[in-house]
Amino acid sequence: MALRTPLYDWHVGHGGRMVEFGGWDMPVQYTSIIEEHQAVRTAAGLFDISHMGRLSFAGADALALIQHVYSNNAATMKDGQVRYGLICNESGGIRDDVLVYRWPYGWAMVVNASNREKIVSWLAEHKNGRTVEIMDQTTTTCMLAVQGPQALELCRGLTEADAEQLAYYHATPTRYRDKGCVISRTGYTGEDGMEIMASAAQAVELWEELIRRGAKPCGLGARDTLRLEAAMPLYGHELSEDIDPFQAGLSWAVKMDKGDFIGRDGLLRRREDATLPRRVGLELSGRRAAREGAAVLSDGRTIGRVTSGTVTPTLNKAIAMAYIDPAFTAAGTVCTLDVRGKTEEARVVPLPFYRRSK
Amino acid sequence: MDPKTLRYAKTHEWAYLEGDVCTIGLTKFAVDQLTDIIFIDMPDVDDPVSAGDSFGEIESVKAVSDLYSPVNGDIIAVNEKLETDPTLISSDPYDKGWLIKVKVEKGTTLDQLMTLEQYEKQIASEEH
Repeated sequence: MALRTPLYDWHVGHGGRMVEFGGWDMPVQYTSIIEEHQAVRTAAGLFDISHMGRLSFAGADALALIQHVYSNNAATMKDGQVRYGLICNESGGIRDDVLVYRWPYGWAMVVNASNREKIVSWLAEHKNGRTVEIMDQTTTTCMLAVQGPQALELCRGLTEADAEQLAYYHATPTRYRDKGCVISRTGYTGEDGMEIMASAAQAVELWEELIRRGAKPCGLGARDTLRLEAAMPLYGHELSEDIDPFQAGLSWAVKMDKGDFIGRDGLLRRREDATLPRRVGLELSGRRAAREGAAVLSDGRTIGRVTSGTVTPTLNKAIAMAYIDPAFTAAGTVCTLDVRGKTEEARVVPLPFYRRSK
Repeated sequence: MDPKTLRYAKTHEWAYLEGDVCTIGLTKFAVDQLTDIIFIDMPDVDDPVSAGDSFGEIESVKAVSDLYSPVNGDIIAVNEKLETDPTLISSDPYDKGWLIKVKVEKGTTLDQLMTLEQYEKQIASEEH
């Protein structure tokens, strides 16, 4: 049976349409994906992301273990900093994409729901006698995201520390109604905003307070269209064990000079391989959306596959991300897509599709 | 159109027969399930349709679904307004949001399709 977040009953009681995602029963939408999407682009949306895996690391060798499995460099992080990176397999394929948090007292990592158990066992497997304790806090805590141009203003005074005072990709431990929690200026929508991790027992009161403050509940449907417009990869679509970070356009999250880590040798080889497909953005001429799996063609020859696609609510056109033959990745390159048996014209465009105005 | 006078397919199309012309649309239940409808891919006039076969597709932000004809015949009209404004099917699924009109053979009936009462039982079971 699928897992439930502490907000499951709230979602069901408020018209949330529940679907299974990454082993969890999650709301895909409450009213309309377009409405929820626009709330995040123009005001503030609220997401239950308690399904994300929350791991905490303690012990003298916590940093050493993180460095061993993580493609980015955690050693240069300052207290309160958050950094994106990949966990790779030996050949350089992506096992997960994660956020690492550095605290004065230890480390934390947020991993994808669908990969949580895989990553927990991967960490245990690679501990190799290091002094580190890994605590999976996913089911004892909740995680909410408030995203949009009004998100930070609306959260003013919610917790003792304000997210507005944090720099982008920074976090701080603080308190909500006298209980410990963590806020971070991070998100997965292409908008400014904050994420908060608190005890599971506080999930409903925190959620309802954020709604009273003006945030609109949004489901995973809008989360998907928002991240797609912002060209953020989603594990299982743009990222997999067979795709490396260079193909995915995430070379900035790989630090070859930080010392050895799992996958580094594979990555050194793959970095030089100019034949591997690359992630690109595609904009379609028509309004039919190309979904995952649609073939990308040039002169009748298959040059790649779509990994995510939709008609975007903000831009009102069909967009997709795809992995294609590197010979065709230049912006402006025209190709065709096989959308359920019918040909649609598309062209390669620079990513992201949407960038917020500062 | 009054939903009580319509007949229904398992795949959520409604049908209304007047003489030898059958009007086909999508039920409010189906439209509500799809919510964010962004595109309807319609067939051409004069295309033949067969009962149970797909004649087009309806796309929402989240997914795409086929549209199935409940009858055999030839298409004599498509609702062109839906091409420019697919939201008509959400706001008015039984009138302005109709999909196609099919000329059926003489003697065609809709007896094989569900009544409103039978259809409501089906959707009640789908909601669980």
